[in-house]
Amino acid sequence: MRIDDKGLIDRGRPLRFTFDGKPIQAFHGDTVASALLANGIRLMGRSFKYHRPRGPLTADSAEPNALVTVHRGPRAIPNTRATVQEVFDGLTVRSQNAWPSLRYDVMQANDLLAPFLGAGFYYKTFMWPKAAWEKLYEPVIRRAAGLGALPGGADPWQQEKAFAQCDVLVVGGGPAGLMAACTAVEAGADVILADESDRLGGRLLTEDTQIDGHAGYAWAEAMAAELQAKGVRILTRTTVTGAYDGGTYGALERVSHHVADPHPDLPRDCFWRIAARRCVLAAGALERPIAFPMNDRPGVMLASAVRAYLHRWGVAPGQRIAVFTTCDDGHRTATDLSAAGVEVAAVIDPRADAPPGAIRGEVVSTQGRLGLTGITIRSDGGLRQVACDALAVSGGWNPTVHLTCHMGARPTWDATLATFVPTADAVPGMSVAGAAAGVFTTSGALETGRDIAKAALAALGGRRVRIHIPTADETPPRQIAPLAVEAPDTARHRAWLDFQNDVTVKDVRQAAKENFISVEHMKRYTTQGMATDQGKNSNVGALAVLADATGRGIHQTGVTTFRPPFVPVPIGAMGAGGTGAGFAPERRITADQPMRDRGAPMIETGLWYRPGWFPKAGEDWLAACTREAAMVRRSVGVADVSTLGKIDIQGPDAAKLLDFVYTNTFSTLREGRVRYGLMLREDGHVMDDGTTARLGPKHYVMTTTTAAAGQVMTHLEFVTQCLHPEWDVAILSTTEAWAQVSVAGPKARDLVQSVVAEPVTAETFPFMACGTVTILGVPGRLFRISFSGEHAYEVAVPSRYGAALWQDLVARAEDMDGGPYGMEALNVLRIEKGFVTHAEITGRVTAFDIGMDRMISAKKDCIGKDASRRPALLTDREEMVGLRATDGGSLTAGAHLFGLTTPLRPESDQGYVTSACHSPTLGRSIGLGFLRNGRARLGERLRMVDHLRDQRCEVEVTAPVHVDPDGGRARD
Amino acid sequence: MRLTCPVCGDRDRREFTYLGHETYLHRPPAGAPAEAWDAYLHLRDNPAGLTRELWHHGSGCGAWLLVERDTVTHDILSVRLAREDTA
Amino acid sequence: MTDLTAHDPAEDLLPLHHGDVRLSTYRPEAITSLMPLRGAAIAIPDPGRAEAMLGGLLLWSGRNQGMLLGPPPANLDKVAMTDQSDAWTILRLEGPGVDQVLSRLTPLDLNPAIFKPGRTARSLLGHMNALFHRRDAEIFDIWVFRSMAGSAIHDIERAMRGLAARQTL
Repeated sequence: MRIDDKGLIDRGRPLRFTFDGKPIQAFHGDTVASALLANGIRLMGRSFKYHRPRGPLTADSAEPNALVTVHRGPRAIPNTRATVQEVFDGLTVRSQNAWPSLRYDVMQANDLLAPFLGAGFYYKTFMWPKAAWEKLYEPVIRRAAGLGALPGGADPWQQEKAFAQCDVLVVGGGPAGLMAACTAVEAGADVILADESDRLGGRLLTEDTQIDGHAGYAWAEAMAAELQAKGVRILTRTTVTGAYDGGTYGALERVSHHVADPHPDLPRDCFWRIAARRCVLAAGALERPIAFPMNDRPGVMLASAVRAYLHRWGVAPGQRIAVFTTCDDGHRTATDLSAAGVEVAAVIDPRADAPPGAIRGEVVSTQGRLGLTGITIRSDGGLRQVACDALAVSGGWNPTVHLTCHMGARPTWDATLATFVPTADAVPGMSVAGAAAGVFTTSGALETGRDIAKAALAALGGRRVRIHIPTADETPPRQIAPLAVEAPDTARHRAWLDFQNDVTVKDVRQAAKENFISVEHMKRYTTQGMATDQGKNSNVGALAVLADATGRGIHQTGVTTFRPPFVPVPIGAMGAGGTGAGFAPERRITADQPMRDRGAPMIETGLWYRPGWFPKAGEDWLAACTREAAMVRRSVGVADVSTLGKIDIQGPDAAKLLDFVYTNTFSTLREGRVRYGLMLREDGHVMDDGTTARLGPKHYVMTTTTAAAGQVMTHLEFVTQCLHPEWDVAILSTTEAWAQVSVAGPKARDLVQSVVAEPVTAETFPFMACGTVTILGVPGRLFRISFSGEHAYEVAVPSRYGAALWQDLVARAEDMDGGPYGMEALNVLRIEKGFVTHAEITGRVTAFDIGMDRMISAKKDCIGKDASRRPALLTDREEMVGLRATDGGSLTAGAHLFGLTTPLRPESDQGYVTSACHSPTLGRSIGLGFLRNGRARLGERLRMVDHLRDQRCEVEVTAPVHVDPDGGRARD
Repeated sequence: MRLTCPVCGDRDRREFTYLGHETYLHRPPAGAPAEAWDAYLHLRDNPAGLTRELWHHGSGCGAWLLVERDTVTHDILSVRLAREDTA
Repeated sequence: MTDLTAHDPAEDLLPLHHGDVRLSTYRPEAITSLMPLRGAAIAIPDPGRAEAMLGGLLLWSGRNQGMLLGPPPANLDKVAMTDQSDAWTILRLEGPGVDQVLSRLTPLDLNPAIFKPGRTARSLLGHMNALFHRRDAEIFDIWVFRSMAGSAIHDIERAMRGLAARQTL
């Protein structure tokens, strides 16, 4: 019920939302949970396994029970905490995991099966008959359990990610965090302050604390304004989710969860990666429940949550509220409720020195199927019933140590405080203030906030500052170790530890009995601590039960590993921007648009897009490809080759570098000439191949394959910086600066001459010559090299002219019975010539394997030379061969080679096909591949078997060069 | 994770790629025995503690760097140019 | 006089603006890479700096590497030079929200006290290698490889839109 004159909500801004179709009145500032409670609705969900009726346990992001689905259709978001979701006008909220309704859930029958569904039940039950698990039990159990459901389909929400840097990151905007931020900014530091809520203040918003005689929340508001004015970057609605190496922190900002009709460009979340030189963790503490029988009914909630609903939202979660506490702090609840005019049914405290007015005893049971109606108290006077519709429970406080443990440290058990506190120096650069450090008073929080910040700043060398600590008065609360109430062990007396995964005290004791005594084993066996609250409400309680069951102290029993994230983070936020066109950069060649205009499909080659083929009317890829390849050999073809890496190498030691990285000699290359080169890795396997042209006395341009351009550049930088820093040489990638087009075929010279100002003859441009020329008025370069085996050139112009050049050359070629050709035809032509690509040089292949070991010069060292001579790399190898179909069938890349009559077993595998195509020149399917001792087996017939595609054919082994073996066509 | 490049300053790990152990700097001379090459290419210690390794600031200045790092604590003890004698 | 038409990848895409941030292309007269060899008479500016020299502005762009904006210099002795005019697309991002937009795209520390006007840095823009040049408090030139200009514009625009939309909060 709503309490007049209480709460920080804006009663001047009423709102309406729906819950399971029912309209609910709320105010601006309400959460879904506070608004539902204000309207007398306590039942908000059904538990995961047993489908027990549940209401909110908390008033914050640690909520295990009140998980709802917000929005509709493709925008629906399941497992939203009702305690965090801010209400806006028109918000649609649905409960989860109940059918046909929250009140009448068919699956609550699971609760009756509880004896069969205890810890590890799936290892012991539902096992017979074996086939029934997959077909019957598992599907039924899966449908019966679970939380919310995803809507399916692509995520319609925008997401964002961002980077930030600062001197000091303050985590938490309560009294400790506010003082830390204030101290840091005064000292001249660049500060980011993050808080999970929509406004700063932390527990000052949920308690009736006074600071300097004013309401705590008012002091917080004034501080927030002051910090903002001083340049502190304040991130509200932002949870710091993880601490990582090097002072890096992840944080999830809920940008538009609270917005009714978000702008289509507005992200829902922003995932921040913050680099902070220092971090002050002021994340407060989380209250722990008490494990007593039937402690999970709607209406049972943490005492601090009851106070939060009262002070922040002006809501009493019941009309007659009892308080069960093992901690001084819990008693405030009774005081605050009475002061607000709410009836306090009873106060129960099991401690020997419980304050007067409290019943010295324990709650041992509760009543009320869909919501609390009463409790059973056991005390010296025996058992008694008390009617109440809410129970405020306090089992003490757990400092929010999580971030301090994200890098492998464990927290330290403090026996005096009866809680875990952070271990010093657990995360480099992070220090802890306030309740997160086990300092449970407001004045302590204010003071440690300042002092910890000062110490952090000392390391950064900031200004010396004097910061005044305002006054806030309370006595430090005393609490005892986590309490699990003993009661007869029957189904009617289950005491819940993990509310979300439905794990009870009995489950933990059973795990211990079955010898799962390590806390990590107990966690997995019972699933305690594995729900979306990650054990915030149950870890310490379960640990205490396990410790007791195994006769150890809490400290010896230890805790499980803490891992990020502190709250669930949508994968879409972490990977924001990475869908669709944002997945990877798209590298476009200069002629991309004119090629698309001609209908060429642009095929991914790494990050590049290259034209596959240029279909004429009615052609499929094979018809286009076959026509294009034949066209090149018949007249002339034009293909873009801009994507091949080009590396400019200059300097007195340029030739030394080339001689070192290539197997063959380049220091003998004359100016104006080009040479093919083979490059090995240091382990003797082929890294890449390409051509290098000498353009001047100390000026070379190396080309690489498209795929290996980056790798080769990195390799050259390693050689020049690390292996031979004494060489005087400069290297720079020029791949992007030049657009390069191949012109190939018997009419290539005529075509090239028609665009080049200088004479292009057998004398001026013999095979493998190069030089600077003028192309249609533009200074460019000409290389007479061939990848097709035809008379061919590569024409290079500055990239701005690339599109125009390609179009011009294609138009001229078409006038000569030629035209453009794409990657498919380019591949056919080079397979016909036995030229290798990375289909052959896969990283497991040597120069010897591809028949190029004579390219390794005997006269000089080079990368990979020594290792290439290892005996195992020189005998009994799979050697590159050509293959031709003999039965009209088709070769496929990846197929394996077997003898004609040998059984198809791995032991008889002779090799494999690396490249395959239909050869228009030979009128049949051909390919390249690797065959054991292949060079000695020319003429042999084999079976090619593609097990994946279920395709076979008979092949003949040939030399790799299928067409024009003497190479005369390129040299003419 | 962050590395302080001696050229560019403190940078996010995204800008760097890891190659391997410092051993790669010490290439055996041409004609060295097979054992020397095997050690250079394939044999590495795997310490729980201090290691010296090569990183490339490929998405930054392009410098090759020698990093001293503790594999247990993840502390970065030093970052230097791989060959200090380079210009 | 050439028969060939020049194109640039941003010609149909820019300029554009969202909120108070504008994205356009900056087309210098020429870009020349300079890499001094041993004994060269000139030196590249210190890492991250830009200096007026050789009739233009020379930006540090990497190890022993500078990019000269301005007319191409006559051949310098013992300096390796290449024409980079066509290798890069220079995207100019300007407006009060520049740092906020770039914070969505690069892990660089953009704090003006650290990345001062006139400074340069080599870093990432999304997944792309880029050269950043802060011209002024609210103006950044972002150099990306020509082939990736479209992707860079796509990513920057997305960030601009997201930030402009925050004005509606």
